[in-house]
Amino acid sequence: MKSSTTSALERRNAKYFYIFISPWLLGFIVLTVYPMIRSLTLGFTDSGYTGDGSFIGFQNFITAFYEDTRFWITIKNTLFYVLMFVPSSLIIGFFIGWLLSRKIRGLGFFRTVFYIPYITAGVAVTIMWGWLFNGSFGLINYSLSLLGITGPNWLGDKHTALVCIVVMNLWSIGNNILIMLAGIQDIPVSYFESAEIDGASTTRQVFTITIPLCTPTIFFNLVVSTIFAFQLFNQPYILTDGGPVDSTRTVAMLIFQNAFEYGKMGYASCVAWCLFILIMAVTLLVHLSSKKWVFYDN
Amino acid sequence: MISSHRTSRRVGRTLTYVILILCAIICILPFLWMINTSFKTTAEAYTYPPTLIPRKWMFKNYPNGLAKADFLTFAKNTVFLAVVCTAGTVLSAQFVAYGFARFKARFSGALYSLMLATLMLPAQVTLLPQYLLYFKMHMIDTYWPLIIPAWLGGGTFNIFLFIQFFKSMPRELDEAATIDGANPFQTFGYIMMPSIKSVSLCVLVMALVYNWNDFYMPLIYLNSTKKFTIAIGLQFLNSSMGDTKIGQMMAVAVVTMVPVLIIFFLCQKYFIEGIKMSGLKG
Repeated sequence: MKSSTTSALERRNAKYFYIFISPWLLGFIVLTVYPMIRSLTLGFTDSGYTGDGSFIGFQNFITAFYEDTRFWITIKNTLFYVLMFVPSSLIIGFFIGWLLSRKIRGLGFFRTVFYIPYITAGVAVTIMWGWLFNGSFGLINYSLSLLGITGPNWLGDKHTALVCIVVMNLWSIGNNILIMLAGIQDIPVSYFESAEIDGASTTRQVFTITIPLCTPTIFFNLVVSTIFAFQLFNQPYILTDGGPVDSTRTVAMLIFQNAFEYGKMGYASCVAWCLFILIMAVTLLVHLSSKKWVFYDN
Repeated sequence: MISSHRTSRRVGRTLTYVILILCAIICILPFLWMINTSFKTTAEAYTYPPTLIPRKWMFKNYPNGLAKADFLTFAKNTVFLAVVCTAGTVLSAQFVAYGFARFKARFSGALYSLMLATLMLPAQVTLLPQYLLYFKMHMIDTYWPLIIPAWLGGGTFNIFLFIQFFKSMPRELDEAATIDGANPFQTFGYIMMPSIKSVSLCVLVMALVYNWNDFYMPLIYLNSTKKFTIAIGLQFLNSSMGDTKIGQMMAVAVVTMVPVLIIFFLCQKYFIEGIKMSGLKG
């Protein structure tokens, strides 16, 4: 008797579980699982714009690794961007978040001001930065000239163009700052009070209390920023279209170009899987390392 | 000893304010410069050294710039898409989340893990087959590829956010409703949805801004000019006249940011709440 009612309840439970999650499940199967398998198989074909093509084995991978010089250039540019952007965004984000947590006046004002660049981030802001970085008439070079420095032709120079994109994206990390702030504010005040009584300096408190207890938040920001940084597309597409001399061309742009400009769906899928594997490998490394440095309360 | 401690503390506080104010200036200055340029003639924008206040105020840059492309249509398209996608995101995300938070099935644990795993999936790996799928269904250059995903859960992150909140609600609420004869849909619609309204509002404002700013998906799926969103229209205009008519270009860029800023200032509370939730639950 008891077991039959339990199983009836279980069946009812299962029925409603699947009804409620059905929108997601449908999307998951049709827009995630199927496309992942399909893009893997596409990667082994010479498919064109319509997705029809024949199996060519590892030819696309050979093309990517040995023939298409742009492949390694875009990998290099993407890694450069990730290595420049992610650590800087974590350090700046934590530092400003920490400053905001120090019982300051006007917290609401600063929070608003730092969040505005994040909320408006889009094509308009990107175009605005293009103008600020203008080599001859931009505000940045004008400000540098006041200090007696002759600035380069930022976006037009292959040595500085990618750095400009790092800078403009660091400008809009308001979200990271506020997430860090929330993480710091979550630390019980009593920890700092007892450190204070023991005579610990502010610097010492930061390194022995704030940073260790914030590592889960830092880890969260690290993972999210890394995954997004690897997919950099909008800013270089809008401002430089990959130039000058491919110095701002990213893997995401290479995929887009091959798929939608050259109509090489097969090759583009192969590159997409290479990017996917790269991201997975880096994320896995970050996760493995987290056991050594992320502090979990429970 | 104590007084030196106090002095160093005072120095620290002053330094804190100095750095914060400096950062605030860095955040705001680019906008002021953009607005400044938006009132200049092309000739004046391209003079060195730059003028801090326009010599001749070109208010006409605004109407002239907006007239360069059909921005009224772009605005209508963007509002339509933002509203439809945001509604889909808010409604379907909490619907799905309620299932994950309250019901068990044999594979519910595995499906939950799979859903979380998709958080880390880069869009590029599913993008091309999705495009081909929409292509086969003759949906390229329509809004369907942008709307459909919003109504199918509206993104893992939003579902996850709702799940956290359903889990924090006492189960007695559901049970009381069941005893009163409500089926799970009624419980969800009449009891749960109203009680997590504040979370819905956070997701709503964030989704609204996300959809307004979104560039990548419309770029891929929309081809004909009359279907463009503001983001695409702006890029289109920039590539055709960005260098030659910089004042008008900046004027148009300023106008496109105004709606986002209005939403932000009206609903600031919900944005801040949303960030707190997103960070702490990670």
